[in-house]
Amino acid sequence: MTSASQPHAGLPVPFLDIDKIIGDRETKIIICCGSGGVGKTTTSAAIALRAAETGRKVVVLTIDPARRLAQSLGVGELDNTPRPVSMIDTAAGGSLDAMMLDMKGTFDDVVLAHSTPEKAAAILQNQFYVALSSEFSGTQEYMAMEKLGQLHAEAGRWDLIVVDTPPARSALDFLDAPEHLSALLDGRFLRLLLHPTRGPLRFMGAGFSMMSAVMTRILGAQIISDVQTFVRAFEALFGGFRQRATSTFELLSSRHSTFLVVATPHRDALREAEYFVDRLTEEGMPLSGMVINRVHTRALAISPERALSLAEDLAGTSAVLEVEALRRHANLVRVIEAEMRMMERFAAARPAVAQTQVQSLPTDVTDLAALRRVGSLLSDKD
Amino acid sequence: MTPRHTLHIVSGKGGTGKTTIAAGLACALATSGRRVLLCEVEGRDGISELFDVPSLTGRGEGRVSRTPAGGTVYGLAIDAEDALIEYLDTFYHLRVAGKALDRFGAVDFATSIAPGLQDVLLTGKVYEAVRRKIKDRPNAYDAVVLDAPPTGRIARFLNVHRAVAGLAKVGPIRNQADSIMRLLRSATTAVHFVTLLEDMPVTETEEAVDALRPTRIRAGMVIENMVTPSPLDHDQLQVAAAGSLILRVPGLTLKQNQALGVEFAIEAARTLQEQQRHDRLTALGLPLVQVPFDPGGIDVGAIFAIAEQLIDQVSLEAA
Repeated sequence: MTSASQPHAGLPVPFLDIDKIIGDRETKIIICCGSGGVGKTTTSAAIALRAAETGRKVVVLTIDPARRLAQSLGVGELDNTPRPVSMIDTAAGGSLDAMMLDMKGTFDDVVLAHSTPEKAAAILQNQFYVALSSEFSGTQEYMAMEKLGQLHAEAGRWDLIVVDTPPARSALDFLDAPEHLSALLDGRFLRLLLHPTRGPLRFMGAGFSMMSAVMTRILGAQIISDVQTFVRAFEALFGGFRQRATSTFELLSSRHSTFLVVATPHRDALREAEYFVDRLTEEGMPLSGMVINRVHTRALAISPERALSLAEDLAGTSAVLEVEALRRHANLVRVIEAEMRMMERFAAARPAVAQTQVQSLPTDVTDLAALRRVGSLLSDKD
Repeated sequence: MTPRHTLHIVSGKGGTGKTTIAAGLACALATSGRRVLLCEVEGRDGISELFDVPSLTGRGEGRVSRTPAGGTVYGLAIDAEDALIEYLDTFYHLRVAGKALDRFGAVDFATSIAPGLQDVLLTGKVYEAVRRKIKDRPNAYDAVVLDAPPTGRIARFLNVHRAVAGLAKVGPIRNQADSIMRLLRSATTAVHFVTLLEDMPVTETEEAVDALRPTRIRAGMVIENMVTPSPLDHDQLQVAAAGSLILRVPGLTLKQNQALGVEFAIEAARTLQEQQRHDRLTALGLPLVQVPFDPGGIDVGAIFAIAEQLIDQVSLEAA
């Protein structure tokens, strides 16, 4: 039998103190990462709101918020512009802006800002650029980092940036994306495609032209020539891209940044979280801890067996509500037990990772009041 | 009686249990003597994880389960780069060159610069499995279940015509795309949507059903996953949710009864919200199947239990 009052019945888990993180003026960037469907966006928004209402000047960068949450933040439109969230409590002198990442818009802005108008026009119309900026699997992550760099550069306007990362298909795509894109545009194949007669690989000539012919047949001549044109136009720009990606990476590893891994108390989400924790540790990224969302809690301390036995005694009487309440209680306790097993397993595997839990809420988080409540649950030790 | 659909494409928002339901559906379809192939395309090794068998990555098709009904489920983790090399081999007899291309980074390059190509390669492999013939049988598999990309990307993923629009106008990939599209639009293919009764997944399901329409690929059923059914009616739930209910369980103290009432108010509020979302899904006009929440977690036994839930719907559509 389990006792009701101890959410961490197994091991003592260090507590993740959100208020301490947002209260520390040296914290300039908070990055929330985690697999899809764990409440990352809600967590980011709740932390941003709480920080703003305790006096920080905050901007929250969201990737794909639920429509109603986006509306409540006033970022219903995908226009890449931080907009002030009204109706927040500004008594402590803080402010909150929110924006939703426009992937292609961000890419376009970079092209426009860093090349001549003629060159920019050529790039923006290039078919390959269109595909790259709207569909390439790493672009969203790359642009999230680019935007983060931009927001950070606007020194003075905000003193805290909260970032909600894209739902990564493979864990830390946003850390890998710049590298992936560099590798792609910088790779041997592309160099060969552009300058087949240069470099140590020129002796591969015959073999290469066959391959090139095959690629052309598969991809079509147009796309290959689009790529060539694009890369030539983009070469000058690209150095800047890489440089900014490197400095954003440095910013993320500095003491001014901190990562929060968001999860739910389920096997898949916690397995992903473990991977995130390990990757961040390997990369030397500052990890504060884990937010575990949707943890179930109970008010009544009787076992599922006892509840079901009481329900059985009442079966067939007019006490239908009592029977259903007891049955739901038994179910709830089983859920809680399964969640606790999962969390204990995680804590045993990664004992140093601080945690905070947010209890499962009966309704969707769609307004500021609900976000405020999530914020206080996040900061609450129990 | 054999089910009408031979290709089942399962989509759902992240976290809705899409892979689990796809696995349950594969088991449901694997009745006596039938062979069912379960494919995944996201490189997550979800199938081997679920069935607790060694990783399928790079291993081709392998048996993952014998079902209680006496059928067999095979698993396949499809990788776009492997599929491209296989293509080069099949159409140009270029297996060795394919490997060389891979070393040059050309395969990664090709699948990266043309994201649509990747989708065609993945669906192409599924197409091949559906159409494959073997000796003494009309098809290698009686049914193929695809654990497809999430609802946000599904229509785009399946719209192979659009995907290859920018690619070569002639050649095997183009021809293949036409054949794939014909299969996807045929009456033997259906796209199923897995959702939780929560706002976001339901909204995404509505959007995905809309997005699928112009592709002329048929929507199949909507699977409401992890549902907690309630025997209470709307009025009873509303009273309970309001917290004004006074419960009187004999054997519990007044305090315990109050605590039970507090818990029940939250549970009832949740059920009410779930019912509203169920009504939204009903409006889609697709067959709805409910899979009850299993507090014990997911293992092979739980997958077979899900198969039991899905089997009624699957046999309803028997030809």
